Amino acid sequence: MTDILSITDLQVQGRPPGGQYVPIVNGVSFSVKKGEVVALIGESGSGKSTISLAAMGFARPGCRISGGKVVLNGRDVMALAPKERHALRGREVAYVAQSAAASFNPAIRIGKQVIEAPLWHGTADAMTAGNTALDLYRKLDLPDPENIGARFPHQVSGGQLQRLMAAMAMSCGPDLLILDEPTTALDVTTQIEVLKAFKDIIREQGTAAIYVTHDLSVVAQMADRILVLKDGAVVEMGDTDQIIHAPQHAYTKTLMDAVTPAERPGHLPAADPEIILSARNITAGYGAVTILRDVSVDVPKGTVVGVIGESGCGKSTLARVIAGLTPTREGETCIAGKSVAPAVGDRDKATLRDCQIVFQMADTALNPRMRIRDLLGRPLQFYHGLTGKAQAARVAELLTLVDLPPEFASRFPGELSGGQKQRVNLARALAADPKVILCDEVTSALDTVVAAGVIALLNDLKDRLGISFMFISHDLSTVSSFADDVVVLYAGRVVEKGLAEAVFQPPWHPYTKLLLASVPEMRQGWLEGVAETAEAQAAGAGGVDLGAKGCPFANRCAHLIKGTCDTTVPPMRVLEDGLAIACHLQPDTLPGVRDRS
Amino acid sequence: MSDVDIPVPRASVFAGLRLTKTAIVAGAVLLLWVFLAILGPTLAPHGEAEIISTKTFAPIGEGGWLGTDKLGRDVFSRLLYGVRTTLLLALITTVIAFAAGVTLGFAAAILRGWFDIIISRIVEAFMAFPSTLLALVVIGALGTSITVLVLTVGLVLSTGVFRVSRALGMDIGVMDFVEAARARGEGAWWILSREVLPNAMAPLIAEFGLRFTFSILFLSGLSFLGLGVQEPDADWGLMVQENIGGLFLGSSAALIPAACIASLTICMNLLVDWFQQRQQGETVLEKIDQ
Amino acid sequence: MLRLIANRLLQGLLTLFLASIIIFGATEILPGDVAEAILGQSRTEESLAALRAEMGLNRPAIVRYGEWLGGMVQGDLGTSLATKRPVADMIESRMWNTLRLALLAAAFSIPLALGLGLWAAMRAGGPLDKSLAMGTLALIAVPEFFIGLILMKIFAVELGWLSSTANTRPYYSFWQNVQALTLPVLTLGFAVLAHMMRMTRASVINIFSSAYMEMAALKGLPKWWLVLRHALPNALSPILTVIALNLSYMVSGVIIVETIFGVPGLTRLLIDGVTLRDIPLIQACAMIFGAVYILLNLTADILSILANPRLRYPK
Repeated sequence: MTDILSITDLQVQGRPPGGQYVPIVNGVSFSVKKGEVVALIGESGSGKSTISLAAMGFARPGCRISGGKVVLNGRDVMALAPKERHALRGREVAYVAQSAAASFNPAIRIGKQVIEAPLWHGTADAMTAGNTALDLYRKLDLPDPENIGARFPHQVSGGQLQRLMAAMAMSCGPDLLILDEPTTALDVTTQIEVLKAFKDIIREQGTAAIYVTHDLSVVAQMADRILVLKDGAVVEMGDTDQIIHAPQHAYTKTLMDAVTPAERPGHLPAADPEIILSARNITAGYGAVTILRDVSVDVPKGTVVGVIGESGCGKSTLARVIAGLTPTREGETCIAGKSVAPAVGDRDKATLRDCQIVFQMADTALNPRMRIRDLLGRPLQFYHGLTGKAQAARVAELLTLVDLPPEFASRFPGELSGGQKQRVNLARALAADPKVILCDEVTSALDTVVAAGVIALLNDLKDRLGISFMFISHDLSTVSSFADDVVVLYAGRVVEKGLAEAVFQPPWHPYTKLLLASVPEMRQGWLEGVAETAEAQAAGAGGVDLGAKGCPFANRCAHLIKGTCDTTVPPMRVLEDGLAIACHLQPDTLPGVRDRS
Repeated sequence: MSDVDIPVPRASVFAGLRLTKTAIVAGAVLLLWVFLAILGPTLAPHGEAEIISTKTFAPIGEGGWLGTDKLGRDVFSRLLYGVRTTLLLALITTVIAFAAGVTLGFAAAILRGWFDIIISRIVEAFMAFPSTLLALVVIGALGTSITVLVLTVGLVLSTGVFRVSRALGMDIGVMDFVEAARARGEGAWWILSREVLPNAMAPLIAEFGLRFTFSILFLSGLSFLGLGVQEPDADWGLMVQENIGGLFLGSSAALIPAACIASLTICMNLLVDWFQQRQQGETVLEKIDQ
Repeated sequence: MLRLIANRLLQGLLTLFLASIIIFGATEILPGDVAEAILGQSRTEESLAALRAEMGLNRPAIVRYGEWLGGMVQGDLGTSLATKRPVADMIESRMWNTLRLALLAAAFSIPLALGLGLWAAMRAGGPLDKSLAMGTLALIAVPEFFIGLILMKIFAVELGWLSSTANTRPYYSFWQNVQALTLPVLTLGFAVLAHMMRMTRASVINIFSSAYMEMAALKGLPKWWLVLRHALPNALSPILTVIALNLSYMVSGVIIVETIFGVPGLTRLLIDGVTLRDIPLIQACAMIFGAVYILLNLTADILSILANPRLRYPK
């Protein structure tokens, strides 16, 4: 079989504004055959995205392709004149970006953008292109295929937009498709339908593809061969099966380990635990929109309560409400047994000290113009009145506590890596000597390996200092390895909560079952299996319904009881071992019960 | 997600600046004027209002180095006296504008609510007037003293500064580190001065430069209309206005001060451009051709 | 979206209302009042008091404000103190001159600015772009009266092609009109041309840093298509705002241009009014200027709203 793409010894350099060129990609070689899917995996900074763009002969602003050969369909891409290079983009090779929302022009209708490339390159006239597009919409399982092209990008959902981007890329019938982290920005439950759609269309058209991602389990579903990249060089290359089950290189092994969930030591809840943090019947929102409805969460002393849910479920709002940054409409919060004022401005220092919050984006959570010692020093001064030598000593202690060298005190946040910044974030929260720390998606923006390190740190702090955590995340595997109790949020309501073991085992709330089933497993063939299930089909039928009268999951549930679920709010039933599920189904008919016995 | 290391926002506001030829030239010109502003009167060969020749509108070379004006005064000397007036007035008005505009703008951005609504409406109403018009009415009413002039121009400038600061304050105010400060329990004053302001320095410096140039132009425009600095003080705008008649007689007494004003404003603009340039790398526009 | 527009209209009215208060307030601070101005030197305490009572000047400010506003809305702009004629008549004859100047300058500068701005954006970084950048920089940095003077010196004094005063008569031929009006129109136009061109260029270049522009480039589309079809629709909003801003700036610039070239327009009227303390005249002229300015801003805002597909076609 012929090579569609053949890259030999690729060198790419990058230059920050006002700086010098430094190598980003250093001698990468690989090839892609017709109909083959090759995955480029690596963490951020590995150069995977840059390499994929080089296949088109394109380098992002600030970068340049400085060496090597890129041969596409037998032609040396770099030797072509710019005009000829343009001719092959959008025709022989097409690109699917990470964020569909950012990739569609908000001012032009979708359909026009989808057929723009073939029209321009002259591969089809308007009529044919329109028909091809319609055909693609159908194959990609998009709702209302006849009319979806007439809409504007902001009028369709994220998952649909991603599939529309695939349609846009496939509309010219390319020989090579470049998929650059296409599902990273999507929820786990939306990801399934998108992945399946991609896989089907690639197989059907016999297109070769390069799939760039950092998510190993997704790769297992999509790729035939895998390239492992680190710091701009290939570390290991081989068939998917081999890489996943028998990695050779140490780095590949580290990646695999980070993804495999660790064994949890069993957790026995204390007989009568002291509840450090209690949020009761919280209803809150912004302006006219109500996000959280009647949410109650308890955090016992010395435990980690994981709050999981997907985008829009209100988990961040919950953290903000507890921290006092967002006002509540109803409900109250109690910290260390005392009821606290809803607004942060009305709380006293002792309360503020007891409950600290750590944000997701370490880059924006630390003031770039302050040194680390000032960032950590301020809470020390504010809460404990520490200044001068005492403060400096404590700052050094805090840095050591989070596994950072004390010399970092004189640095600025900009000089630290993502993981290091997040540790400083944590140190800042610890500076107050809190009883409970709210972690709002603190590992979501970090690479897998780095995130694993931060989780280990949190575990360590819990054991050593007895601090309680409310850990908010959309990443199930992290939460399952780390949390003692789990609360599942959907559309602003609690659908299930209890001990972690209990929540992750049947019986389940239908949404919990969907969520758990949607997490890609590292075995090939998983995708086909799960996409066929009734749950997945039902889930794809609708979107998150915030203002639902009855159960918020009603429009996507495979176990819908018509007339009850869509009109009345489901009761919270408490089962054995404290597991609580909000569902109209009787406890013995809940999903998973029959499977268990 | 780009694999290129984005340049880190480094500590100093001036980090990442590389001197370009333009910046050096522009900076040198400005420094020259500042130098002359300080030393001007001592370097001037004649007095500010001294009449040195009976020949009015003498061309360059005759009478004084740069000729004489409509009353026979030395253009060169008046030019030197004028630097001080022009620069000083522009500086004071810009400082006033900034003091008022930044404080109110940031406060409106952080405090929001009623305060923001009311102040924004008032500022918008003031901005509803062409600045020259507003100055016309106020100065026409209160007279042409320097105090009135400075306060009026300062007021007019402050509306623009308010808008920019408010926008900046809002952009920075939604960043997580400001939220973290709020969550800590910090008060508005701390947040504004220690969290927001240091991060707004770069754009504010650029804005200061631009307002400064606008102030110079505005002041000279007012002088031109007879509302600014009054005779016999030397002010560049005034000098232009009083010597227009000479234009038809072949005298450049009106053009020289105008050219000086232009040099000041052009150089300041170039410096501001240079200051803002450093973060700009290539753009996709240029990559397309490759 | 309609709600947004209605909201904006209401805000415009509110601003207009606030502006009227400011104008009225500003004239209240003028030392000496109308009565003093009328009686002039020969005033005495008694005659002042009598005239004030007759003119109703001793009533509270609020009442007088209400009357004035009410009159304005009905079209009665008061009576000039200096000429004793209705202000409306005085303004009518002059307003046309000012308006004509502004409209011609706008017609000249806006298309040119947009065209040059787009062109410069497409050739960003190239020699054309750099020279345009220098040129526009020179234009903005230079006081308006300077431009006017230079033009006057070159074309009116040295070359004698054009007239240095813009006094037109109804019986002027087309060419005579052109001769008289070219210089003021050019002067007024050049200043705003430079601003608008720079902003257009900056807006378009700014848009190019969006992800969807990269995506479009990766489809192999040429630059000119990207600028016109993809960037321009998204740049409309900031560009419209800038145009409106500059038109309002022109309202200010008109004052200087009319002074240099002796255009018999509103500005002259206003300046005379201030000098003579002709309060009704000042108030009326200021209101007109202010209203035009507010109207332009409002139009820009509304056009911006209309240009945004997110608002035209909600989810």
